[in-house]
Amino acid sequence: MDYDIVIIGGGPAGLAAAVSARKAGVEKILILERDNKLGGILNQCIHNGFGLHTFDEELTGPEYAQRFIDQVKELGIEYKLNTMVMEISKNKVVTALNRAHGLFSIKAGAVILAMGCRERSRGALNIPGYRPAGIFSAGTAQRLVNIEGYMPGKRVVILGSGDIGLIMARRMTLEGAKVLAVAELMPYSGGLKRNIVQCLDDFGIPLKLSHTVIDIEGKDRVTGVTIAEVDENRKPIPGTEEHFDCDTLLLSCGLIPENELSSSMGVELHKVTNGPVVNESLETNIPGVFACGNVLHVHDLVDFVSEEAAIAGKNAVRYLAGEGSCMGKDIKIATEGGVRYSVPTTINPGRMTNELTVRFRVGDVYKDKYLSVYFNNERISHKKKRIMTPGEMESVTLKRDELEKVNNLTGITIKIEEE
Amino acid sequence: MYDVIIIGAGVSGCAVARELARYKTRVLVLEKEEDVCCGTSKANSGIVHAGYDAKPGTLMAKLNVEGNAMIHKLCRELDFDFAPIGSLVVCLKEEDRPRLQELYDRGIKNGVPGLKIIERDRLLQLEPNIADNAVCALFAETAGVVCPFGLNIALAENAFTNGVEFEFNSEVRDIAFVDGKWQVTTDKEKYETKAVVNAAGVYADKFHNMVCDSIINITPRKGEYMLLDRTCGGYVRHTVFQLPDEMGKGVLVSPTAHGNLLVGPTAEDIEDKEGVNTTPFGLDKIASFSMKAVKNVPFRSVITSFAGLRAHEDGGEFIIGEAPGTDGFFDCAGIESPGLTSAPAIGRYLAEMIRDKYHFAVNQEFNGKRKGIIRPKNLSESELNMLLKDRPDYGEVICRCESITKGEIVDSIIRPLGAKSLDGVKRRTRAGMGRCQSGFCSPKTMEIISEMLGIPLSEVTKSGKGSKIIVGSNKDEI
Repeated sequence: MDYDIVIIGGGPAGLAAAVSARKAGVEKILILERDNKLGGILNQCIHNGFGLHTFDEELTGPEYAQRFIDQVKELGIEYKLNTMVMEISKNKVVTALNRAHGLFSIKAGAVILAMGCRERSRGALNIPGYRPAGIFSAGTAQRLVNIEGYMPGKRVVILGSGDIGLIMARRMTLEGAKVLAVAELMPYSGGLKRNIVQCLDDFGIPLKLSHTVIDIEGKDRVTGVTIAEVDENRKPIPGTEEHFDCDTLLLSCGLIPENELSSSMGVELHKVTNGPVVNESLETNIPGVFACGNVLHVHDLVDFVSEEAAIAGKNAVRYLAGEGSCMGKDIKIATEGGVRYSVPTTINPGRMTNELTVRFRVGDVYKDKYLSVYFNNERISHKKKRIMTPGEMESVTLKRDELEKVNNLTGITIKIEEE
Repeated sequence: MYDVIIIGAGVSGCAVARELARYKTRVLVLEKEEDVCCGTSKANSGIVHAGYDAKPGTLMAKLNVEGNAMIHKLCRELDFDFAPIGSLVVCLKEEDRPRLQELYDRGIKNGVPGLKIIERDRLLQLEPNIADNAVCALFAETAGVVCPFGLNIALAENAFTNGVEFEFNSEVRDIAFVDGKWQVTTDKEKYETKAVVNAAGVYADKFHNMVCDSIINITPRKGEYMLLDRTCGGYVRHTVFQLPDEMGKGVLVSPTAHGNLLVGPTAEDIEDKEGVNTTPFGLDKIASFSMKAVKNVPFRSVITSFAGLRAHEDGGEFIIGEAPGTDGFFDCAGIESPGLTSAPAIGRYLAEMIRDKYHFAVNQEFNGKRKGIIRPKNLSESELNMLLKDRPDYGEVICRCESITKGEIVDSIIRPLGAKSLDGVKRRTRAGMGRCQSGFCSPKTMEIISEMLGIPLSEVTKSGKGSKIIVGSNKDEI
């Protein structure tokens, strides 16, 4: 089997990449999805708030996914469900397994990585205590409640204020559980402000910043957890312990891009994002292998995932057409002063479109600070931002003509400045 | 009337059961948990020790060396995962060299083959991540790593298919010798038997002391561990120990039989025989102690931590044999490290002792071979595609982190002494044991368990008894 583009993952990123690649004129596209339907994690995100940027209306997750699934079907894009990609070779042979075809290989002209991310588990957090039933990652609980219709618990403490945790605080409350508290290790929330307001404040659920779970009790099922305040080194402060009788602990402590396939094929990963290092075309260090969505870096809004994936799709088509093979040189984007990373990490003005959105996150809460962009040592943009937080992705837009105006451009810097 | 009742379906109990199945006997294993391998046997280092630690002349030394040799063969007979990777005891100070030499000498006396002391140059070749101050090391080529669940489950399944009976969720409450036979009373039933084997792990002292005047005392000695992602499995290639101290063999760093990296254990004597909680102190200690022998252990890649309890008897020696003054009460107590390694030898030693007392005849029908769960991961493309023609379930990946298919999960449930819970499935297949720690696969595995066992999803447990995963349906309480 030969395909021009094989897309690994049929979630929002994979779907948008497929649609955009098809619209850019490539015929033979195949989406490989491990689950039994397209749409990825959106299928369990039954709350609304999706699509404000893309469709200018508020949709639920499944509705948002359906808009793209419909397009995939209308455009006649092929997909295989219940299909697990086992390996991708450096020369883009994709080996996959499913019930219908067994183990099979596909030769791809280009590969788009869109595998999404996973939740950080209790084990990875090293929370001490027993290991009873009743400890769930927020996404697992979300699936049980929203897809299966089952309650994973009745009295709930949530650790971590990631968006899924916040959404689940509201959902569990609506379904009849008592959410006692949300503890967050950091002095700021990891989720969107709007979710704090709509999911916690509106339901009177306390958000305890700079707190963590220090013990889990219960030998068969969770019977209680102890939380404590942490100091500036994130170590629990003796004497601040607070015990909660509960049967459930939900964890929403960060998402990790799932790049085991990528790294085993030799894709270079970024230390901060845990996603591939990509250039302006969202192409990894392996030519013809692109990445988009949460496998590249964890997003807050699916609208931006779709936007990013569409760019990856288009660039895969350009790659197949032999366009953009190297002219000019790659310019590195440096991130300083609280900017933790950027996607992409390099830009080749010769390959970029007229405008390019560079997305990034900051490492702390910054109020009334300036976000600046430098070309070489010259500051070319300087904008006052009322607030920037780690929980909300930021972006700057770079224009090709401005980049090309600079003589001997060797570096771009994005940084936060006092003034 | 049974010939032998074994208390405890851990690795020792199951090893004794399988060895007794070689004779014409009626054997029953009583287990308080819902499955085999739920106590000490499930939470340990999984090391198959070479046998240089125990003092020459002890039962520990003898059974360790014998057990090691047996596991090298048994892994093929019973089809469980064992990797003979070898071990290194690293000496970090020149002045400790005599202590390393002492271990070597002890190993020679114990009859351990393939021991040698290697110097720093060679050590660095074998282990590039070894500490900068490592001077030399004791290399033991016969050491290895085993899947502790795999060994325990294989022994149990093979015992079962050879006629040994098992009762789970059966906690022994009382044991009495009445009219020349033993009465064993559980929370459900009363049984009669000629002989009792006390393989109750950390509870073995309780049962021993019920029937014997010369009391024993078992202290649960907690060991905490951290398990790292398979991407780190090659960080060391051998099991790396530091020189042992009075509390045991110290914190080791080792690949596991499945290619993860295991770091631990701590050693802390506790009171609670169910105290398998991890502690902040323990987890910190693992990190700081392991770093003495291995540089920059990649703790960022920890996927889980856990604690197990060693059954430490005051004498520090295995207590195996008929308890003094009893007629047919056999202890299998104080089975701490190297207990897992020794288990097959303990089984044989104790079963032969019991056979000799009761003159059991040989069971000609005994079949010591057992086939484990088919692993699509280990098949070639053509073998796998052959299998999939009849068994498409092996083409449906349920656990994405460990690439475990529906076929394997179904097999783990329907096979002899099959899994009944998420943990049961996990220990048999590794589904849920990977880096997401069952976040993605647990709802799917629950569905398969529910379907195969014919129970509602809401009755599926993590590990039996009160460990239900779901507490009701949406809006129940509104």
